Amino acid sequence: MSTAAVTDKRRSSLRSASLPKWSPWAIAAGSIVVAVGIGEGAGLTSHIQWGLIAALLFVLGTYVIASAVEGRRQAKDRIATSLVWVAFLLAVVPLVSLVWTTVKRGVKVLDPYFLTHSMGVVADSEPGGGIYHAIIGSLEQVGLATLIGAPIGVLTAVYLVEYGRGGLARAVTFFVDVMTGIPSIVAGLFILSLMLMADMQPFGFAGSLALAILMMPVVVRSTEEMLKLVPNELREASLALGVPKWRTILKVVLPTSIGGITTGIMLAIARIAGETAPVLLLVWGNSFINNNPFSGAQQSLPLYIYQQYSQSSGSTAAFDRAWAASLTLIAFVMILNLAARGIARWKAPKTGR
Amino acid sequence: MDITKTTDVPPPASQPTAEPKKSVNRGATRAGDRIFLGLSRGSGILLLVIMAAIAVFLTYRASLAISKDHGNFLTTFEWNTNLMPPSFGIAVLAFGTVVSSIVAMALAVPVAVAIALFLTHYAPRRMSGPVAYVIDLLAAVPSIVYGLWGALVLVPHLNGLFGWLNDYFGWTGILSWQGGPPRSMLTVGILLAIMILPIVTNVSREVFRQVPRMHEEAALALGATRWEVIRMSVLPFGRSGVISASMLGLGRALGETMAVATVLSPTFDIQTSLLDPGGGTFAQNIASKFGEATQDGRDALIASGLVLFVITLLVNGAARAIIARRKEYSGANA
Repeated sequence: MSTAAVTDKRRSSLRSASLPKWSPWAIAAGSIVVAVGIGEGAGLTSHIQWGLIAALLFVLGTYVIASAVEGRRQAKDRIATSLVWVAFLLAVVPLVSLVWTTVKRGVKVLDPYFLTHSMGVVADSEPGGGIYHAIIGSLEQVGLATLIGAPIGVLTAVYLVEYGRGGLARAVTFFVDVMTGIPSIVAGLFILSLMLMADMQPFGFAGSLALAILMMPVVVRSTEEMLKLVPNELREASLALGVPKWRTILKVVLPTSIGGITTGIMLAIARIAGETAPVLLLVWGNSFINNNPFSGAQQSLPLYIYQQYSQSSGSTAAFDRAWAASLTLIAFVMILNLAARGIARWKAPKTGR
Repeated sequence: MDITKTTDVPPPASQPTAEPKKSVNRGATRAGDRIFLGLSRGSGILLLVIMAAIAVFLTYRASLAISKDHGNFLTTFEWNTNLMPPSFGIAVLAFGTVVSSIVAMALAVPVAVAIALFLTHYAPRRMSGPVAYVIDLLAAVPSIVYGLWGALVLVPHLNGLFGWLNDYFGWTGILSWQGGPPRSMLTVGILLAIMILPIVTNVSREVFRQVPRMHEEAALALGATRWEVIRMSVLPFGRSGVISASMLGLGRALGETMAVATVLSPTFDIQTSLLDPGGGTFAQNIASKFGEATQDGRDALIASGLVLFVITLLVNGAARAIIARRKEYSGANA
């Protein structure tokens, strides 16, 4: 915030008393020292408590010192600043811990053997085995879901932006919004209710259908935003040359926005790749390799993690496998995310002027 | 939308002198246009049909289950779908879902707003970009990974906090602890708060970024401190945006399945204390009861899913309505 900084400087030169620039750091260091002292003295075992005490001391210390030197308004400003910083640091702790733990525990058993073997002959409580069957299942289910969800999503967005007027378009817009908020387990229950009618056993494609339902609204939203960015001049130029509207859309509008649309689809894939609940209901899980998504139970990565955690009665080997599978899943999702953002930057549509 | 207006202009009619090839082309054009319009409108309609089908089929299966229910679907405190006749009710699940979501909101929203303020108004510029990027990425971490982390890392760390809360706030009744494993509603709330933090932060940040520069500079020119600028110009402008961001987060917390299923140790009764293990949520109950459920049991779970569906629809609809209303009068980027 450059303006704020400038104003601060000017004001501080006019003000009679103000704390030196290093004072927040000094107060922070002081409160950490005192907190460690209290923690040791009181025999608190949890280091999280030490951190909380330090944060509390820091906020209080800042307020007391600032109101003594600078006055109450400045003290309030400082307390807000330190609260905002504390909130930020507090939030960073679990998120860093999550990533750190997953990487640290995940690399333990993550090797080529783990990626190329299934759990077929390995009991859940014993070491060994791998996630090959889960990767196959995940790729097939997510791939089929994308084949269904992405075209429908893009076409719906084309309809909303290029054709949509009146009641139908408004209804579609509203229900796309509503659909974004459907819990994944409800989408799973919907397909499950269809399967109960037809008396079917779990199979991979049923999971794909539920994932496609979850994917569509995300694709519609992002594609819509991208199509709106395409300058009208391009459409008008094409139409003025006598090109029919559908060819204008296919040859001008979509190619112009293809980068953004790809990004949206990849982000949607990243989202559904981590969905567990519908897969749990519809695909059921399987410790053997099943390459056919249209018949028989399959495995998927998120479901594998859940089952390794919940069905192994606390065996370390299973937890290790769960962490390694988590690391694989996170890596997959992150690569998709980063690639999507890369494409978005690389192919960003050139706006009108 | 002027896009539709301009693109709706029909292609210039070909002159009567045009060669015959062109008129053939025009016939093909019309067919192509009709097919393409049909396809795209069809996918729009398909989306509506799916939504309707979700509501219809869930309601149908739910009605099958409820007609067999020997207990009261709203007030029975048990979930015995294998009994003859089955007896189940959603009271415990509704309570658990609401309580865990409220705890999550109470923890996440203030922190998320603070982080959004941090990113837009406090952080050094070199820092705010990467941090926002990382928070974006964290929103993409699958919920099952949060669940695994919660169960194996967060839960063991909570013993200290629970003991402390019990020592100092045990007298309130809602924060007393009998020493069971810390797999309670509060644990679920904390984990859900961590999970919805990224999305609430992202939406709030977008809103705070749209605050008209003039408002802030006017306040600064009057000698306001940075905090006063935020309180007087940023927060009032962003209030509705923060509310809708929170409701989007709430929608997520209500429907979260795997994280709750891994962290909570469920029982089918209501715990008055947030710290004692027990209780359950709609989504968690579906995930953990599904494995052993018979046909009737699955229908009963579908019935509870229908209730969850309706609740999330209401919450999300309200959030969207607030966003839509805000667009009308915001004036900042009209």
